[in-house]
Amino acid sequence: MAEGLTNKERLQIPPTPMAEQSPEERRHNILEVPLGYTPEQAMTEAKRCLMCKNTFCVTGCPVSVDIPGFIGLVAEGKFHEAARKIKETNCLPAVCGRVCPQEDQCQVVCMVAKSLKDTAKSVQIGKLERFVADWDMANHPEADFTPVPSSGHKVAVVGAGPAGLTCAGDLLAQGHDVTMYEALHRAGGVLVYGIPEFRLPKAIVEREVEGLIQRGLHLECNVAVGKSKGIQDLFDEGFEAIFVATGAGLPMFKKIPGENLLGVYSANEYLTRANLMDAYGFPERSDTPILRGKHVVVFGGGNVAMDSARTALRLGAETSTILYRRSLAEMPARVEEVHHAKQEGVEFRMLQDSIEILGDENSWVTGVKCLRMELGEPDASGRRRPVPVVGSEFVIPADVVVVSIGNGPNPLVPRSTPQIQTNKWGNITADKDSAKTTMPGVWAGGDIVLGAATVILAMGEGRKAAKSMHEFLETGVW
Amino acid sequence: MAKVLINEPIAPDVFRMVVVAPDVARYRKAGQFVIVRPGAGKERIPLTIADADATTGAVTLIYQVVGRTTAVMSLIEPGGQLTDIAGPLGQPTHIAKVGTVVMVGGGIGVAPSHPIAQAMKAAGNKVITIMGARRKDLFIMEAEMRAASDEVILMSDDGSYGEKGFVTDALRRLLDGGEKVDLVVAIGPPIMMKMVSLLTKGYGVHTLVSLNTIMVDGTGMCGGCRVTVGGESRFVCVDGPEFDGHLVDFDEMMRRQRMYVAYEKEAYEAFKSGHKCRLEAVAKEAHHG
Ligand SMILES: Cc1cc2nc3c(=O)[nH]c(=O)nc-3n(C[C@H](O)[C@H](O)[C@H](O)COP(=O)(O)OP(=O)(O)OC[C@H]3O[C@@H](n4cnc5c(N)ncnc54)[C@H](O)[C@@H]3O)c2cc1C
Ligand SMILES: Cc1cc2nc3c(=O)[nH]c(=O)nc-3n(C[C@H](O)[C@H](O)[C@H](O)COP(=O)(O)OP(=O)(O)OC[C@H]3O[C@@H](n4cnc5c(N)ncnc54)[C@H](O)[C@@H]3O)c2cc1C
Ligand code: SF4
Ligand code: SF4
Ligand code: FES
Repeated sequence: MAEGLTNKERLQIPPTPMAEQSPEERRHNILEVPLGYTPEQAMTEAKRCLMCKNTFCVTGCPVSVDIPGFIGLVAEGKFHEAARKIKETNCLPAVCGRVCPQEDQCQVVCMVAKSLKDTAKSVQIGKLERFVADWDMANHPEADFTPVPSSGHKVAVVGAGPAGLTCAGDLLAQGHDVTMYEALHRAGGVLVYGIPEFRLPKAIVEREVEGLIQRGLHLECNVAVGKSKGIQDLFDEGFEAIFVATGAGLPMFKKIPGENLLGVYSANEYLTRANLMDAYGFPERSDTPILRGKHVVVFGGGNVAMDSARTALRLGAETSTILYRRSLAEMPARVEEVHHAKQEGVEFRMLQDSIEILGDENSWVTGVKCLRMELGEPDASGRRRPVPVVGSEFVIPADVVVVSIGNGPNPLVPRSTPQIQTNKWGNITADKDSAKTTMPGVWAGGDIVLGAATVILAMGEGRKAAKSMHEFLETGVW
Repeated sequence: MAKVLINEPIAPDVFRMVVVAPDVARYRKAGQFVIVRPGAGKERIPLTIADADATTGAVTLIYQVVGRTTAVMSLIEPGGQLTDIAGPLGQPTHIAKVGTVVMVGGGIGVAPSHPIAQAMKAAGNKVITIMGARRKDLFIMEAEMRAASDEVILMSDDGSYGEKGFVTDALRRLLDGGEKVDLVVAIGPPIMMKMVSLLTKGYGVHTLVSLNTIMVDGTGMCGGCRVTVGGESRFVCVDGPEFDGHLVDFDEMMRRQRMYVAYEKEAYEAFKSGHKCRLEAVAKEAHHG
């Protein structure tokens, strides 16, 4: 531990910024935006932590990473040990360090932020987590696990997103024989098809998946459970316990006129073409095209909308505009994403809502008809309800429109398995503590249960389910 | 990875591929499709399961070379690999005994009609098949369709095989001729499905069409395959591919199919200039075999 510093001295160390590609440069490439800490920077940042007895930060983290524990090791330069410490509770630190909404979780409650009365000045827990994970991958690439004796139990995980991957990892650690089914040709879920390369390099996810395969995971891509085969088929094939983690991948549309015009995408399609199918590389590297719009308009204000708008710039758009019907204060996207998007030149049109997409005689998109909005009384979500301003119609030109107003639960499994109960939105009903569904032998977790949430919450769900599944396999008691 | 057993031309630009995919063969039902990806960096494209053998795990796909991805597929040698084959996907055809079913297959659309005709026949229906193609050498699977049907009517645009005329001419004659038709299943080029649907609507005969929109994932995740059916947006990959032909907005669907034409052309031209000799050899083989 960095001995000798008083708390007062620690509080005087300014937060260590992480170097980034310049906005002008990164607008034109798909490489990651933040470049990472050097070991020296990480050790300096680590010295800012007060090593609190009462660790608010840990309670802010959905999987309770031992934050002062790992940061203390970073301060001492013991990066490998720090990585092991994080991995006790978080199996995907390189991912979480990059995409966790830290400003709402571990960092918002950090004592340093509280003392300095500025959340932006909290200990940079996410950045340190990322550094430790990257350093460890570079310096200890060898597989880090001890083989465990086989339990003789066969289990299935459906969906290879963060919930499924975490659950599979924990089940493998107990010696179970795990088969993971994934509908797409590649494992990773939103981490590979949704979140762009410039925020989360795909190589990181790939390495995590490789690690699980080395530990014995059977990965079966190209199987959409509920279509290709059913849950009952899996039981018939000898699986004793099944975890359903199929995510919230059902794109919602606004149901306004013009949504089926040429040039209108759901954010899922836009991002899947760009990321999973690598349409950035069309036609040299990839055969999958994507419309390279000059004027791209994105509906919505979440992370998905930011990712779409920033992707549009990298595909060569001259203008990329976020159209959001509330104000910046209500925008659900992460602060850092909004900041990065603004730096790159994404235009933000707040308190404006689309009412129609306009097209030419051949049905190609030409523009978006909008209305101005005002904030009225708070609605059910506690946010002030946007109300249209009468007579405020106007048109913004567009040749590509990306609809990013949210995703519903993936319906394939529940629709084909009536024994698995869902709520009125179609999310699978699962027990809060055990993740058990209403069908014996079936657990569920992640976005399919929570609705569109976060990577770290999905991981927490996977872990919870694995624990309950293991108990069931050991005792046979449902 | 799936091993390719057979990949042979059966008509100009039309290939039959037999590939080993045991789970697909085991679980597929008539009317379902797979998404294939013939290599790293290649597109995911949907192809109907034309036939399958659950005991050997062999799945038959019949595809027409129309662009880069299908051209890449045509170059896979027997013994080679299909990088990905996902499925079965889509809703199976609702098979029931309804009486008389007319299967209308246009061009390559005959391939996806085949398992449906078989299942309809097995369910106790009278199956009449109308097959159409531009000219004689473009007819495929005639023997298979004969085996699955009570009656087969052949129509060619130029009269070089069967009768001269369109499939709709034969269908109109049937409907006018007093044949009590309970269901029409039309699979082929969108314009053919549109014309068939317009015709049967006048006769009040229930008509199913199998839509071939552009797809990416094929699992309901992207919405790229959406079409308007009865005024509502539906996803062809999970809600279809079969829909009530009288409710489908074919014009919209045809426009959406052309969304990437400029890009596809660029990709195909680039590919052809790189593989000129091989493609010409394959084309020759097709014309002679
Ligand atoms: C563009 C975008 C950006 C985001 N940014 C952030 C962020 O910055 N920070 C953050 O914390 N969260 C972010 N999220 C949310 C986060 O990614 C999700 O909450 C998380 O991935 C959910 O994990 P999951 O494992 O439940 O599901 P998913 O990641 O959705 O994975 C589900 C997997 O199941 C597969 N599947 C679906 N149906 C079937 C089936 N029937 N059979 C087999 N497989 C099936 C899918 O193909 C997919 O691979 C973002 C989401 C999106 C879309
Ligand atoms: C459910 C379904 C079943 C199908 N079954 C068969 C079949 O059994 N045999 C057969 O030959 N064809 C079938 N098709 C059509 C086949 O998918 C396309 O011909 C193929 O994708 C063309 O790809 P390409 O790269 O060779 O040509 P491209 O040059 O990319 O495209 C040529 C045309 O094919 C269409 N197309 C392109 N990409 C896709 C895509 N990803 N999905 C759908 N259509 C696309 C476009 O309309 C385009 O104009 C089916 C389509 C669907 C939706
Ligand atoms: S996992 Fe996320 S919330 Fe937890 S410590 Fe790491 S960055 Fe913070
Ligand atoms: S609350 Fe902040 S200062 Fe305290 S232990 Fe956690 S990270 Fe360190
Ligand atoms: S192909 Fe993506 S939803 Fe149908």
